[in-house]
Amino acid sequence: MSATKSATGIGAAVRRKEDFRFITGQGQYTDDVVRPGETRAAFVRSPHARAKIKSLDAAAAKKMPGVLAVLTGADLANDKIGNLICGWMIHSKDGTPMKMAPHPALASGNVNCVGDAVAVVIGETLAQARDAAEKVKVDYEVLPAVVDPAKAQAAGAPQIHADIANNTIYRWHLGDAKATAAAFAAAKHVTKLDIINNRLVPNAIEPRAALAEYDAGTDNLTLWNTSQNPHVARLVIAAFVGMAPEHKLRVIAPDVGGGFGSKIFIYPEEVVCLWASRKVRRPVKWTAERTESFLTDAHGRDHVTHAELALDANGKILALRAKTIANLGAYMSTFSSSVPTYLYGTLLSGQYDIPSIYCEVDAVYTNTAPVDAYRGAGRPEATFVVERLVEVASRQMGIDPAELRRRNFIKSFPHQTPVIMAYDAGDYHASLKKALEIADVKGFGKRKREAVRHGKLRGLGFSTYIEACGIAPSQAVGSLGAGVGLWESAEVRVNPTGSVEVLTGCHAHGQGHETTFAQLVSERLGIPFENVSIVHGDTDKVQFGMGTYGSRSGAVGMSAIVKALDKIEVKAKKVAAFMLEAAEGDIEFKDGKFTVAGTDKSAAWGDVALNAYIAHKFTGAELEPGLKETSFYDPTNFTFPAGCHICEVEVDIDTGKTEIVNWTAVDDFGTVINPMIVEGQVHGGIAQGIGQALLEGAVYDKAGQLVTGSMMDYTMPRAHDLPSFHVGLTETKSPSNPLGIKGCGEAGAIAAPAAVINAITDAIGTENLAMPATANAVWSALQGAKPRQAA
Amino acid sequence: MPAVSMTVNGKAVTGDVEARTLLVQFLRENLRLTGTHVGCDTSQCGACVVHVDGIAAKSCTLLALQCEGAKITTIEGLAEAGGPLHPMQEAFRENHGLQCGYCTPGMIMAALDIVRRRGNDLDEHTIREQLDGNICRCTGYHNIVKAIAAGAKAMAKGGTRQAAE
Repeated sequence: MSATKSATGIGAAVRRKEDFRFITGQGQYTDDVVRPGETRAAFVRSPHARAKIKSLDAAAAKKMPGVLAVLTGADLANDKIGNLICGWMIHSKDGTPMKMAPHPALASGNVNCVGDAVAVVIGETLAQARDAAEKVKVDYEVLPAVVDPAKAQAAGAPQIHADIANNTIYRWHLGDAKATAAAFAAAKHVTKLDIINNRLVPNAIEPRAALAEYDAGTDNLTLWNTSQNPHVARLVIAAFVGMAPEHKLRVIAPDVGGGFGSKIFIYPEEVVCLWASRKVRRPVKWTAERTESFLTDAHGRDHVTHAELALDANGKILALRAKTIANLGAYMSTFSSSVPTYLYGTLLSGQYDIPSIYCEVDAVYTNTAPVDAYRGAGRPEATFVVERLVEVASRQMGIDPAELRRRNFIKSFPHQTPVIMAYDAGDYHASLKKALEIADVKGFGKRKREAVRHGKLRGLGFSTYIEACGIAPSQAVGSLGAGVGLWESAEVRVNPTGSVEVLTGCHAHGQGHETTFAQLVSERLGIPFENVSIVHGDTDKVQFGMGTYGSRSGAVGMSAIVKALDKIEVKAKKVAAFMLEAAEGDIEFKDGKFTVAGTDKSAAWGDVALNAYIAHKFTGAELEPGLKETSFYDPTNFTFPAGCHICEVEVDIDTGKTEIVNWTAVDDFGTVINPMIVEGQVHGGIAQGIGQALLEGAVYDKAGQLVTGSMMDYTMPRAHDLPSFHVGLTETKSPSNPLGIKGCGEAGAIAAPAAVINAITDAIGTENLAMPATANAVWSALQGAKPRQAA
Repeated sequence: MPAVSMTVNGKAVTGDVEARTLLVQFLRENLRLTGTHVGCDTSQCGACVVHVDGIAAKSCTLLALQCEGAKITTIEGLAEAGGPLHPMQEAFRENHGLQCGYCTPGMIMAALDIVRRRGNDLDEHTIREQLDGNICRCTGYHNIVKAIAAGAKAMAKGGTRQAAE
């Protein structure tokens, strides 16, 4: 391997190309884009969780200085703009389809959550638009709201949407109810838990934004949008919302400041900006204030679960069952239906060989913000259920938590779980073993005794998680109700001068694709890393792609690039064969050089690239000029990253405050392209998981007001809330894609909450603790509990 | 509309602003310096941190008019165009102290202020405590802490305890 290849190839901790513009303040985020004649949008939003709009008077607002238009839900309906949709069909146990309530981009009948938009003001300046928005008079008839998902289906609860009884979207299930019941009946030990997976606000630091521009000359619309998937946005807005034919809508997702899932979905604001720009014939820009983000970005999690684990006398797991109520909020967001079903129930086997599983999920409407995928999307919820059950079972049965896990780990692959997923490769013993060493679990007893002398309780918590990622094989998700396939596209363009552009349907909003994708191409083609550009985020440049989420860009996006590179190599060899006057089958390609086998006749990459475009050396009848290939890659399976996280905490007996004194993460991501970037993804995911466990929680009061509506009230993790992390890797390659990549983006968020809560409950000696485990919550739990004896 | 004059990144600038115009709006919209970002509306996130007369300040919580006559440094002012990067900027790249980049300008400007107040030999605990006013959602802070420690040390070598003027 040449020195160049190893420094910038697969496995190298290459410093990122994209950093230069970010560290010098030259990033181009959506709000940074300025179009000539740009106007600003300010939305008028419901202050009530549920109400009927009796009347709306925009007369005074329209007269305010700088106001071009005030547009309402009635105007939207008159212009026949279609509703937003959920694109994943889920059927109930009785076979009936999910109940999708209409979701217009501007409400005109009822409003169904605080923040629900009813009108928009388009002004010359933001200040003028906001001033006018305050003058729009809306007369509401306030209606009783449904806020608690556990009470949404109760008899007598207000019915939020017409024709949707009991506020129930679907009643879904997975697994074998009878076999599971039989296993529980025969079990020696049953562990039961009631779990709330607390509602979260994703809060990417860049607020959502949309800038729409209508070109009257061409009747074309352009949208700059903070999207993780511009082509999907384009398709939904064109085909479902009916804004414009797909070929007359361009969507550009420029630099995007974090997504974590919240920027996957198609929201009312971009729809309204597009529509408004065509009406006022000027570009329309909207950027969320943070309060708007809190109110209107899709929230995450929000499950109420009763879960049970059945074990035999030796701690061998016989069965698991869970009944969950999933709060989807006021309207079904774009992927919302899939998160508490096929991204949750299918992971309830965890890393364990569990013969029977049965899961029931009721999804309900409430008068709160829509809920959809947020980093981990269903898998943190599943992992929390499984890993809390296992840890609590180990305590109840007096079996060491690591040992109980070992007794139940899946040991041979492929392994078909009872919940659809077939795990193809893994070694859970290896990650557990390595984590135990790094975490110095042997020394924990001594540390615990020492801590007591200082008025602290130490606890240790495990989370041996698994996830299904590399979303996803199209046939599999299609059969489960997805409205789209989840393949990925790549176009590799070799330029005449030998540099390469890769146009990927993925999107980077922090993941470093401009670097990692270039590492792959540079190594494969034997060309300098600097000579490879990665292009993404513009539907005019890049063919259809599904975007980035679900830890898919490595496993699916890079696989598409590999397939395209395969085709490039085939064609380039043909060109080289003409140049070297040899048979195509005699051409070898290695380290950027084409050689006639067994001779010293060779052609360099650059010469072959140039010749492909000059085309003097071949007739064109047998071989077309040019060197550009496309691949649409459909994965054959999900990938299954897995690992072991161990959290060690110290709880202050007097205050209940938890300090995380050590965090160990050992993850198996298969092939790792850039270990520096992978570690960064793990750090960020763990931080979000710790945030969920210790600090965060979106709280609505009984009237449906979002009490935690700003960063003053919603506790975002700060640097002093978090430790440094000890991160290690084990590797079993994924057999389902050419590079063996499993993906890493969500792992930390999936593993962490269970590890934290397992650790704190170990420290304080009671399981009666909910997330977020704030100082107050832990202190209160301590008052009702006897601390566990030091080991 | 009142006029305001100040020096930004060494250049004298003036503009007409409303009384309620925030410094960050003046920088982003009047001066088209979009490196300074808005991430919240309660002065928590720190994406808007700039230096005002050599001291870190949240530009979302200052009115433009309050900065009449002040010397402002933004992220764009740390390095000459085409020139070498500031050691703190280099340290963020070298240590993977950023992912999406949105909090990064504010982080770097805040980091320089930590160095100004606490010196070049910063331990982990100090850095974490001092970053109370800067929120990152991507990195989990682990590499930001490493970057700031490394950047602070590198600034000592280069003889700069202060941010660039």
